[in-house]
Amino acid sequence: MRYLPLTSDDRAAMLATIGASSIDDLFVDVPAEARLDGPITGLPMHASELAVERHMAALSRQNRAAGDGPFFLGAGAYRHHVPASVDHLIQRGEFLTAYTPYQPEIAQGTLQMLFEFQSQVARLLGTDVANASMYDGSTACWEAIVMARRITKRAKALLSTGLHPHYRSVARTMAKYTGDVLVDADPSLEAGTDWAALADSIDEEVSCVVVQYPDILGRIDDMTKLAEACEAAGALLIAVVTEPVALGLIKSPGEMGADIVVGEGQSLGVGLQFGGPYVGLFACKTKYVRQMPGRLCGETVDANGKRGFVLTLSTREQHIRREKATSNICTNSGLCALAFSIHMTLLGEAGLRQLAAINHARAKAAATELAKIPGVSVLNTGFFNEFTLLLPTEARPVIHKLAEKGVLGGVSLGRLYPDNAGLANGLVVAVTETVTEADISAFAATLKEVLA
Amino acid sequence: MNTAGGADDTTTFTGNRALMLEEALIFEIGSTETTGVDFDEAAPAADLGALARSAPIGLPGLSESETVRHYTRLSRQNYAIDLGLFPLGSCTMKHNPRLNEKVARMPGFADAHPLQPQETVQGAYAVIHELAEWLITLTGMHSVAMSPKAGAHGELCGILCIKAALEARGEDRRVILVPESAHGTNPATAAFAGFTVEDIPATEEGRVNLEALKARLGPDVAGVMITNPNTCGLFERDMKAISDAVHAVGGYVYCDGANFNAIVGRVRPGDLGVDAMHINLHKTFSTPHGGGGPGSGPVVLSEALAPFAPLPFVTKQGEGFRLIEEENAGEDHPQTFGRMTAFHGQMGMFTRALTYILSHGADGLKQVAEDAVLNANYVLRSLEGVLDAPFAASGPCMHEALFSDKGLAEGFSTLDIAKGLIDEGYHPMTVYFPLVVHGAMLVEPTETESKAALDQFIGALRSIAMRAKNGDPALKTAPHFAPRGRLDETLAARKPVLAWED
Repeated sequence: MRYLPLTSDDRAAMLATIGASSIDDLFVDVPAEARLDGPITGLPMHASELAVERHMAALSRQNRAAGDGPFFLGAGAYRHHVPASVDHLIQRGEFLTAYTPYQPEIAQGTLQMLFEFQSQVARLLGTDVANASMYDGSTACWEAIVMARRITKRAKALLSTGLHPHYRSVARTMAKYTGDVLVDADPSLEAGTDWAALADSIDEEVSCVVVQYPDILGRIDDMTKLAEACEAAGALLIAVVTEPVALGLIKSPGEMGADIVVGEGQSLGVGLQFGGPYVGLFACKTKYVRQMPGRLCGETVDANGKRGFVLTLSTREQHIRREKATSNICTNSGLCALAFSIHMTLLGEAGLRQLAAINHARAKAAATELAKIPGVSVLNTGFFNEFTLLLPTEARPVIHKLAEKGVLGGVSLGRLYPDNAGLANGLVVAVTETVTEADISAFAATLKEVLA
Repeated sequence: MNTAGGADDTTTFTGNRALMLEEALIFEIGSTETTGVDFDEAAPAADLGALARSAPIGLPGLSESETVRHYTRLSRQNYAIDLGLFPLGSCTMKHNPRLNEKVARMPGFADAHPLQPQETVQGAYAVIHELAEWLITLTGMHSVAMSPKAGAHGELCGILCIKAALEARGEDRRVILVPESAHGTNPATAAFAGFTVEDIPATEEGRVNLEALKARLGPDVAGVMITNPNTCGLFERDMKAISDAVHAVGGYVYCDGANFNAIVGRVRPGDLGVDAMHINLHKTFSTPHGGGGPGSGPVVLSEALAPFAPLPFVTKQGEGFRLIEEENAGEDHPQTFGRMTAFHGQMGMFTRALTYILSHGADGLKQVAEDAVLNANYVLRSLEGVLDAPFAASGPCMHEALFSDKGLAEGFSTLDIAKGLIDEGYHPMTVYFPLVVHGAMLVEPTETESKAALDQFIGALRSIAMRAKNGDPALKTAPHFAPRGRLDETLAARKPVLAWED
């Protein structure tokens, strides 16, 4: 076995040192009825690297890769171009095969990277501080709701109808078991957000209001007034960002007064990866930092007075506080955070602004082109790189017909809201810098053909 | 810049010492005007009115060459499995095969969107299904929930299954019993899901006290969370008796599968009465730890808990596969407790774990467990008489060897031994865990270490233990040869600096 260095001579010598006659002696504490003597039957035996690679490559080829043709899917996962150096650097063994940096003297690489990541995320989202990342956007969103409950001592959360349905679904699952009260509903096909209505429904029981920006239908709006309404009522405003590239062009939630900003950082550095692993972003105002979940990296000095970094404020965490911890979360998404941070460093502010502008322009061009098709219109008045098309017929079958013709044409609201017939004609279309003019033309022509 | 000099410091102009290179922060070396990415077009003008971002963001950029150098220099300040033995107990820091990385990057896996039409991602569903079948077979369980994102998330999944099962029976049980030696995630998870946590005491030999457990069982107990093999490195001999006792009062058995590497292919938790167990793919199945994630924590379930498993999951349908999500749960899976995460789980880890499993096969995995246990026992017995091993008489250890700080010179601690190991070129073992042992040192060599590597490590640890027993003052200030000396963690917590300030 190529990953196992012990030889049979080694094993014999080691058993002798231990004073055991056979390996079975080391498993004596396993009750006889639970002990397996030979390999488990019905499973294949070990295989060569070539054979395994061949098997996995065959499975990979059964998927259509996003890069195989015109591609317009978003809805919480976006296809951006990732510079080659990002993937090269995250595969350096010193990053890839390191553990959580609990021994800071020999983990300054990871720790400094996390400090840089936290600083980048806080600035991008417009907040004071950010943590070292969460599993993903949806779990970060739930943790933010729990954090708001801890801070306000209230248990009612108002969810905007524009929140990603999976994020809402995660929150509903958890709230069922934790006693949190959620007020939520499906979106309606309107050009504007429900934020004004949310501001009017805040009462003294509300712990937080959760809005997504840009939202699931691609709509963008100013949350300043909503933030003021939250503050007046003693509730927190939680903003969710699933497309961080947008913040190169539009105001950050923090600038508009959001108390906690969470999101999905997959757009930068990570890639689609069929939904995971991704990187959850979690940021807030300084005054709430001790209520934050997850890992935090902070600056300090070493015994010789040199600057260094450590994981800090860990009394919030499970390995110290056990059942009194702010969350049960143990890991972060370190390697994905590294990918995000490297990509952001390569872009820099100038590059991010340019990337965002290109995304927006490309999406506007696509929206204009698609709206020329008879019976098709664009719902949004404002959007970043994603918008909702209204088709003259149900979108779901259209998606499959488009796929047959080689076009992956977005995410149907029928898939996201299967029980809501009123949304069935909606199609959410994302357009990033990876989409060419030819892709847009092909999409428009094929959609016209399918709808005819 | 090199400021204050330590005892072994030799000042250089740059603060570098040959290959030990200092590296500034991107905020100190980058600029907001610099970018390492070229675009084919200038930024088009946008008309976003009042929503346009006008104020500076403050994100520094570097050219590509500077970026590669910055991160490469940073990487060299990290210890990693690729550099040497990483004996962290309970973490299973085994070699991360590079074929796993190659496979995960195949375009059909890496460049596929989770919401693509199902007919275009049958290969991805096939991977999930194939890995699921392996996990079910290896554990002897009924089914598996694949979506949990990490070990603790898997714990939450198992605990929610238990909660849902109790609800379905119309019962409101509030108590989860957890051994004193458990990982902190266990009580935290139970509390996060609204349970009250009570400790189960351990016996003198480091195992769950079965009599004390039985005495506490009753109609208010929802279940127990047991780690097996446990965090003292021992197999819980009474596991089946524990399960039977818990089941007899209507409770459920959660097993923390962090230490599954010791028994994979040799023992099936399903044969021991376990109802739910998470499997850390980043431990037993070699997916990279990545400096702190991403992990992956699928949860195998007994027949009793299977109906409550979370959405989504993959089922085989004729020749192909189908994803069961919210919309078809009603007909196929009406008792599901719901969704735990957006999309379908850690696909990138599934491809890596399946690649690893297929490489080893059933025979290789059994060998993995045997070599992991052999290596740990070799470390334990080789250090007898050097370090105190509180449970050495409790039988063979499994995948990890536990030592205490008993017998060190006055004023010397486990921390000093850990920092001394750094100077010897090793990452320290897990320290001060489990809490049931004073100054605990938990050593897990894993199966991917050679005998020669173990012999050198044993020699180094023996040498440091002797220095700690003899009161060598130099050990108190170790490490001396790392990129940094001991860091002031108190200062970091008292005056938190968590982001760069211009």
